[in-house]
Amino acid sequence: MNIVVHYNYWAFIFLMMVGFYILISRRNLVKKIMGLNIFQTSVFIFFISMGVVKGGQPPILPDDGRQLIFSNPLPHVLILTAIVVGVSTTAVALALVVRIKEAYGTIEGDEVTAMDNELPA
Amino acid sequence: MELVLTFLLLAFLGATALGVAKTRNLFSAVVLAGIFSFLSAGLFTVMDAVDVAFTEAAVGAGVSTVFYLATLALVGGKVRAPEIRITTVKEKQTARTPRFPLVVVVVTGAILIYGTLDMPPYGEPNNPIHRHVTPRYLEETDEEIGVPNVVTAVLASYRGYDTLGETTVVFTAAVGVMMLLSRLKKRDELGEEPWGEEPVESLDVGFGALEPSLESGDRLAEGEGRAEELAT
Repeated sequence: MNIVVHYNYWAFIFLMMVGFYILISRRNLVKKIMGLNIFQTSVFIFFISMGVVKGGQPPILPDDGRQLIFSNPLPHVLILTAIVVGVSTTAVALALVVRIKEAYGTIEGDEVTAMDNELPA
Repeated sequence: MELVLTFLLLAFLGATALGVAKTRNLFSAVVLAGIFSFLSAGLFTVMDAVDVAFTEAAVGAGVSTVFYLATLALVGGKVRAPEIRITTVKEKQTARTPRFPLVVVVVTGAILIYGTLDMPPYGEPNNPIHRHVTPRYLEETDEEIGVPNVVTAVLASYRGYDTLGETTVVFTAAVGVMMLLSRLKKRDELGEEPWGEEPVESLDVGFGALEPSLESGDRLAEGEGRAEELAT
């Protein structure tokens, strides 16, 4: 077990936990979505860091057929897909927030819950 | 050099994330989230993932920020001028900081760090992830696909079905957003006031909500007056 080789992973876990904290501690719905986004981006960085090869190049083949060391292209592909999907889900979540504002007049999650509880069962 | 850059970017990323957690002004939070995305794009470049960096900068930092700003324009307070409405949206202050989330986060983080101790070292060429299918992609792309960028080859050809699924998700999300927001627009056309005592004039769902309208001279003045009221 070598502590130094894991510093990267620990930094991502820190970022991820900041996002997680925003998600579960804040009442504001827009802020919650932002926390989710930070969490997501940290996972992306984690994936990309697993594909790194020391002294590697971006995986683009040179014209002259030289043999280079490349970083792993597979996590790059997966994360490309994930970024686009993440933005799509963010857009749907934000549209829902707009509708919640319209229906309840607030974007604070606890106020929405309080209004729900006031309604007769 | 690469190590210094990585450390610097990680430090800035951490500071930005904490800034998002701390600020109560949602406009500042949106801008900080955009900076977070750009910093992560920088980190992707350092980690040789140039395609991911492009996408993160364009889609993560650009399009997401536009979505957030459009949302703030729609959910913001009762100030009529959109540019002032966006910048003054505030999150409500809770009476005290709850302890429970902090405990949950620290425990989860500790478990995850314990999990990383089993991870292979960062950047070693013999890590399990670099075996199996990856060497094949790198060696055969030139002959089988004929595209110099291996990421493109894998994205569009070897794993083309993944990308097809992705476009399906994006399409579904676009339809969902349009259905959620189209009703909003219809009500606006009927002249009903969706919320608040004053009619919110610009309810365009698209980018129109972000642009100051042409006859905004007096509205601007009014909005500025309100911003001053809010500031004092």
